[in-house]
Amino acid sequence: MKVTEKDVGYVADLANLELTEDERAHMLRDLNSILEYIDRLNQRDTANVSPMAQVSDRYGVDESKTGSARFAYASREDILEGLRKSLPHEVALENAPDTDGTFFKVPKVIER
Amino acid sequence: MDLNSLTIDAARSAVQAKTTTATSLAEAFYSKIQRDDPQIGSYLMLSKDRAFAKAAEIDALAAKGEKLPPLGGVPIGIKDVMVTRGVRTTAGSKILGNYVPPYDCTAVARMEAAGAIVLGKLNCDEFAMGSSNENSAWHPVHNPRDLSRVPGGSSGGSAAAVAADMAVATLGSDTGGSIRQPASFCGVVGLMPTYGRVSRYGLIAFASSLDRIGPLTKTVRDAAIVLHTIAGRDPMDATSAEVPVPDYVAGLEKPVRGLKLGVAKEYFGEGLDPEVKESVKAAIQKLSQLGCEIVPVSLPHTEYAIPTYYIVATAEASSNLARFDGVRYGYRASDARTLSEMYRRSRDHGFGAEVKRRIMLGTYALSAGYYDAYYLKAQKVRTLLVRDFEEAFKNVDAIVTPTSPTAAFKLGEKVDDPLAMYLADIFTVTADLAGIPGISIPCGETKENLPVGLQILGKHFDEATILRVAHAYEQAA
Repeated sequence: MKVTEKDVGYVADLANLELTEDERAHMLRDLNSILEYIDRLNQRDTANVSPMAQVSDRYGVDESKTGSARFAYASREDILEGLRKSLPHEVALENAPDTDGTFFKVPKVIER
Repeated sequence: MDLNSLTIDAARSAVQAKTTTATSLAEAFYSKIQRDDPQIGSYLMLSKDRAFAKAAEIDALAAKGEKLPPLGGVPIGIKDVMVTRGVRTTAGSKILGNYVPPYDCTAVARMEAAGAIVLGKLNCDEFAMGSSNENSAWHPVHNPRDLSRVPGGSSGGSAAAVAADMAVATLGSDTGGSIRQPASFCGVVGLMPTYGRVSRYGLIAFASSLDRIGPLTKTVRDAAIVLHTIAGRDPMDATSAEVPVPDYVAGLEKPVRGLKLGVAKEYFGEGLDPEVKESVKAAIQKLSQLGCEIVPVSLPHTEYAIPTYYIVATAEASSNLARFDGVRYGYRASDARTLSEMYRRSRDHGFGAEVKRRIMLGTYALSAGYYDAYYLKAQKVRTLLVRDFEEAFKNVDAIVTPTSPTAAFKLGEKVDDPLAMYLADIFTVTADLAGIPGISIPCGETKENLPVGLQILGKHFDEATILRVAHAYEQAA
């Protein structure tokens, strides 16, 4: 068993999930079963292999440049409404569960 | 003329020639959906106002005798992970149950600009996480070939709608096989383009280094038409590549004689259903008869693809799904007294079991003390997987494999065993991790009349070659 009940509680906290007792029990079983399978990655020595975050830094870039200059095509002028108009205020609030017309409203942040 | 079974060109030509109208076409598809979809479950939402308004525009063009755009009047469906302005978009999740987006996904906008009629939004696994469509928060999708079986996932609704003539073409998304595997299960064509070929702007994010939008269609030609429509640089997605888009349709008829096709033994080993193996071998034989040279290749890290994928994809998902907090949009639990309680309960009630499982796995893999052992390790093995393909593509033009180790399985068969479900993607995740394009096309059936899929993988940004091979096979089969 790699993951303990305590780990499940800790990770749920990090992920902002509560999880019921029943869910925690299932999670313990499933995470251990999946991680056991994932452990086969350790069969490979990767000491001298560089990590790949994503493939788009390998293709379609300016190979003669280094760093962010490789992605020159993806940059744009830093101007107001450079790509499109921002959403009007009322449209941006339309999907919110609770607002006062100007701000998003949430339950109390500070207890006293 | 059976309006529901038309291909893109046939539908557009019929509207252009005034044999029918875009409005009658849309009506015919809505009647078909009303009659047949209660058994299949592919649509979550119909966008009739938007569809008939666009159809009227196309009909006005046709009436004036003007040349219609490439998809003029063609009824399509959109997987519910792509946002549509004014049309509810849920990503198959309760947490977005009432979400009405204020903007359009670039791929959807490009389809409409090319004349397509958006009929509605298609069912899928919640946040595109699943291989059977059983993780939809709303209802499952049934495979049109056999209603007791799954359509595959996560683009199950997109595949089933095309297979059941409830759309001419659909858009799906692929993160671990989610276009190709359901295409294979439902007997349609499914194309995952190269990472960066199609803008992800407006695609609700699952795993941003993997997610791709692509078409599900009745023919390879239709897939080429749709890809041409949605491909190309979009300033709204910084990862969309500045790579020229060729004329895919014109390239279809180029001869395939002399093309080298790789066959990797790693895709024909243990776990492959004998009937699937037989169909795929026969398809490879057919391609050989068409003049392709079949070359053995080795992709030695294939067995590490699933474990790598389930670290990389869940880590990215745990980060992407952090935005669902009950503040700006989406579901909010009503019984919370504090902000922290509100976050937790909203997410607890809003997300389904598989989504929570993946958030937990991804958070664990990224947490202090485990980052190096899991996330960094997986990123390194990802490099090895990409190198496998780079080596293989030095010697071949494309690689042919089965799309899925089995034909469509029964609903309920794998729901209690997440690992067994994950292994359904064993032949598709490699291309997602490597960023290369792949297409699944029908290649025969099992004794139970279930479709089998042939997968053709290509080099980065070389969709043209896999489309050409797929087209040659389709025409010959």
